[in-house]
Amino acid sequence: MDVWQITWFTLATAALATALMVPPGLLIAWALARKRFRGRLLLDTIVSLPLVMPPVATGLLLLTLFAPLGPIGRVLARAGVQLVFTWKAVVLAMTVMGLPLFVRTVRAGFEQVDHRFEAAAATLGAAPWRVFLTVTLPLARPAVIGGAVLGFARAIGEFGATIMIAGSIPGATRTLAVAIYSLSEIGRTGEAAGLVLISAAIAFAALWWSNRLVWTAGENA
Amino acid sequence: MILLDFTLRQGGFTLEIHERLAARVTALFGPSGAGKTTVLDAIAGLRRPASGSIAIDSGILFDRAAGIDLPPHKRHIGYVAQDVALFPHMTVRQNVLYGRREGQKLALDAVASMLEIDRLLDRRVPQLSGGERQRVAVARALMSAPQVLLFDEPLAAVDVERRRRIWPYLERVRDELRVPIVYVTHDPVEVDRLADHVVRLENGRVADRPFTFLH
Repeated sequence: MDVWQITWFTLATAALATALMVPPGLLIAWALARKRFRGRLLLDTIVSLPLVMPPVATGLLLLTLFAPLGPIGRVLARAGVQLVFTWKAVVLAMTVMGLPLFVRTVRAGFEQVDHRFEAAAATLGAAPWRVFLTVTLPLARPAVIGGAVLGFARAIGEFGATIMIAGSIPGATRTLAVAIYSLSEIGRTGEAAGLVLISAAIAFAALWWSNRLVWTAGENA
Repeated sequence: MILLDFTLRQGGFTLEIHERLAARVTALFGPSGAGKTTVLDAIAGLRRPASGSIAIDSGILFDRAAGIDLPPHKRHIGYVAQDVALFPHMTVRQNVLYGRREGQKLALDAVASMLEIDRLLDRRVPQLSGGERQRVAVARALMSAPQVLLFDEPLAAVDVERRRRIWPYLERVRDELRVPIVYVTHDPVEVDRLADHVVRLENGRVADRPFTFLH
């Protein structure tokens, strides 16, 4: 077992998943916080679903959609992309599972931004996208950072959906969480314990860093 | 010139106004709850009337029947709201330059010295006093080269002493820039000092009787 390969693989896929959460996450959070539109409740519910559904169920659903004969998998296969049981499936599972935490945190942040600042920016000639980028987003910065860290942490810990759609292939799809399970299954508890320590260290570092950023932001405000 | 001819409903409150404002400074005067801020919000595009129209020299801003409703960022209205709403995450300079338009004739230096905020440009908003914030907010609105300036009780949060010290700056804005100003206030002395024309609002309507000061 290559501890560093597993650790590196987990960090890299989780980082990529977090990067993939941010653009749709910001858009959805902004729409939910600031817009009144048909289907708002439906969007809110669907985005939050992975938070409440058993992760294994979400994983099975993703597997059905993305398998080579599934509705989305078929399109990908035609483009020459094989997703399930590859690292891409790991990233997909992490993104879907982390997105609700990112969206909920950022949405709360957007809701706290006073409308008066956005109204002032609009009367000064700023188009809605500019108001978002220069006023709403910077004022919600602590929430955006906090949401990204939560999403990243959720991605690091992802297990249920990952095992369904990506499996536990050493050197190919095995993340820390999956490895801990696979190793203890076959009685290699010592090695599993080592990975637990690494997971704890990563979680600690991520939370420490985000808390420090949020505190610093609070002091400067 | 500003043409206001609209009805706006807000919960149980109805604002109805039919006025032609041709003065340099029009004071909107009246008790709180009369609808003064609502008039400014409607001109700036932050509230939508139920019917009627709003127009300024450069064109129609709102016309329900014609289906025209320019969004706030296309109206070129300088609005200094009561709470001024300076962006807290920017410096004074970044605030003042936020709305600067291409082809803006006014230079930052000129506006900054007129309102005497030159020394404040590199400060952050939380470090400013109430009076300084008001002046920065006026400068920010001026730099967006507005067609009309709206002031909503710009001096309400400032004590009487400081208020008197800010009047000259507002008079300079009035006299040096040829931009019509609509000025909401409670203060009869302020009306007397700054306004050429007074529109008195009461309970969502323009009061008929001639304006008199009741101190």
